[in-house]
Amino acid sequence: MPKRRIRVLIAKPGLDGHDRGVKVLAKGLRDAGMEVIYLGLRLAPEQIAEVAIQEDVDVVGLSCLSGAHLALFPKTVAMVREKGAKDTLFIGGGIIPKKDVPKLQAAGIAQVFGPGTAIQDIADFIEKNLTEGKA
Amino acid sequence: MPEKKKTEEPAERKSEFRTTVDGIAVNRVYTPNDVDSCNQQKIPPPGEYPYTRHIMPSGYRSRLWTMRQYAGFATVEETNQRYKYLYEHGQTGFSVAFHLPTQEGYDSDHPLSTGEVGKCGVAIDSLQDMERLWEGIPLAEVSTSMTINATAAILLAMYIAAAEKRGASADQLRGTVQNDILKEYIARNTYIFGPVPSMRLVTDLCAYCAQNLPHWNSISISGYHMREAGATATQEAGFTLANGIAYVQAMIDKGMQVDSFAPRFSFFFAAYTNVLEEVAKFRAMRRMWARIMKERFGATNPRSMMLRYHVQTDGFTLTEQQPLNNIVRVTLQALAAVLGGCQSLHTNSFDEALALPSEEAVQVALKTQQILAYESGTTDTVDPLGGSHYIEWLTDQIEDRATHYIDEIDNLGGALKVIEKGYIQREIATSAYDYQRAVDTGEQVIVGVNKFTVKEEEMPELLEIGAEVETKQLERLSKLKRERDNPSVAKALDKVRAVAKSDQNLMPALIEAVQTYATLGEISDALRDVFGEYREPSIL
Repeated sequence: MPKRRIRVLIAKPGLDGHDRGVKVLAKGLRDAGMEVIYLGLRLAPEQIAEVAIQEDVDVVGLSCLSGAHLALFPKTVAMVREKGAKDTLFIGGGIIPKKDVPKLQAAGIAQVFGPGTAIQDIADFIEKNLTEGKA
Repeated sequence: MPEKKKTEEPAERKSEFRTTVDGIAVNRVYTPNDVDSCNQQKIPPPGEYPYTRHIMPSGYRSRLWTMRQYAGFATVEETNQRYKYLYEHGQTGFSVAFHLPTQEGYDSDHPLSTGEVGKCGVAIDSLQDMERLWEGIPLAEVSTSMTINATAAILLAMYIAAAEKRGASADQLRGTVQNDILKEYIARNTYIFGPVPSMRLVTDLCAYCAQNLPHWNSISISGYHMREAGATATQEAGFTLANGIAYVQAMIDKGMQVDSFAPRFSFFFAAYTNVLEEVAKFRAMRRMWARIMKERFGATNPRSMMLRYHVQTDGFTLTEQQPLNNIVRVTLQALAAVLGGCQSLHTNSFDEALALPSEEAVQVALKTQQILAYESGTTDTVDPLGGSHYIEWLTDQIEDRATHYIDEIDNLGGALKVIEKGYIQREIATSAYDYQRAVDTGEQVIVGVNKFTVKEEEMPELLEIGAEVETKQLERLSKLKRERDNPSVAKALDKVRAVAKSDQNLMPALIEAVQTYATLGEISDALRDVFGEYREPSIL
């Protein structure tokens, strides 16, 4: 059976409009061979969760630079899981203070990637975690 | 005597030197031969058309730039206390940061506002919040800069109404609204309506100011956010001036005479770490705008031709790793802004890649400006780098390339058209991607990130905004909605809809609406009913 390409959904929950990072990442992961859906910005967690289910994605990447991450990331994770996706990998990025990272991880965000992260590091993280999760 | 052996030329470190990744290739050395022969006409003394060297003859020898730090505090009370403190200590210029719901036309109780209340600035839901914001401050005596775009007309209406209640008339008010919607579609993304109705709101505001608020800067045409989104220096210059052309044309199409509004148009740019490229960029843009206004639009008032601008150091270059290094980056960027001749400057705080800035970091940022102003000597003479072969060559290069972008945009039907098609967005996204690739491969060095890295040390103290801010604002809003005269609110909102459908200026109806304590979200919804909402084109 041919290996399915990794499907990634990238989205910005909340009202923050800083989208340089997500756009660069979307292009970069595509160049790394993944299938990327960039959903855009100004989205409610519900909208992101709905698309995650419809598109049957392996990874959901969330970005927020306005400081609303603690309210928005955990809510998105919960809604995706509520809708029945059990092994979706969640990653986050933006301006996320270090001390918030454990809280996000406890809520199901596998890793937080801050400014200065190389695209390849994110691609490697996704590949490694999806293989491990499915082994 | 044996001939002396010619010194062997040392190999250069790189095969090619560029200002930035996608930037201009730089030669080893520049001589008078590199500089355009008609240069003398292009660079007359400071204060003379086309103002390449400075808009004023004496530059900072007469008046330093305004040190205007953009800052938001979570609640109106905190912000008001801060303003009062500053006012009592002699500050008369204020800069207001609004939280994102206010910028995007949502009340604090809208579902999309969850988690955002009070985060990036102050929450303003109604005239009541605006009144509290300025309590105890005589609005006729201060100047206020408001970073607001999609809802600029509503916020200005609130400011006018709040001032009026306290006895300050519109013609006494001084300040700026950003009111630059075009760059929101390109980069900053706080749009609500589509470009056409948005341009109507922008020009209604500008026209209203031209007639009623003679001391108000009705627009601040911004390249900053495009640069942050990935634009090169040349793209920043070309795209911003192209947007400027679109606004001037829209005002003329509205029947306004160019010199009646253009003197109140101002600009806002970024300063990056490549000091010399930034200085050349500012000089090139001053020259270009002067020519555009005189030759393209037939302005005759010199003030219509002068590029007056605010600069902010660049947030994107700040690193999460070794945050103290950012103080050096900000210093270089601020130096570029000063050598380039800015009218006002905001310096970023070193911890902004980690969190919203802390008090200590904000202090260092302001001190950086004071050291530049009073210790560096760069303010003693006007345009100190003018006449350098490299600077003059680079100024010409940036002018040529930015002019090429403007010609391209003209050919494609103007800024509005190309933004709707995603052309500028795509150009910038490509630059951003190329830059990231260069960083990832190490071609572009960022100290502490991809070279000279160290093991991370302890993090500095960071700012935190608690959830109680949101709770408090929601209570206040619900009380207001219960207690105000709701039939008057409904009537005023109907009027906003009716005027929006007509071609009358919307400002008077907006002022009436805010006076009934209709909320920002309700007024935005009334406009959404008529104008619809914008969806960004897919460019990826």
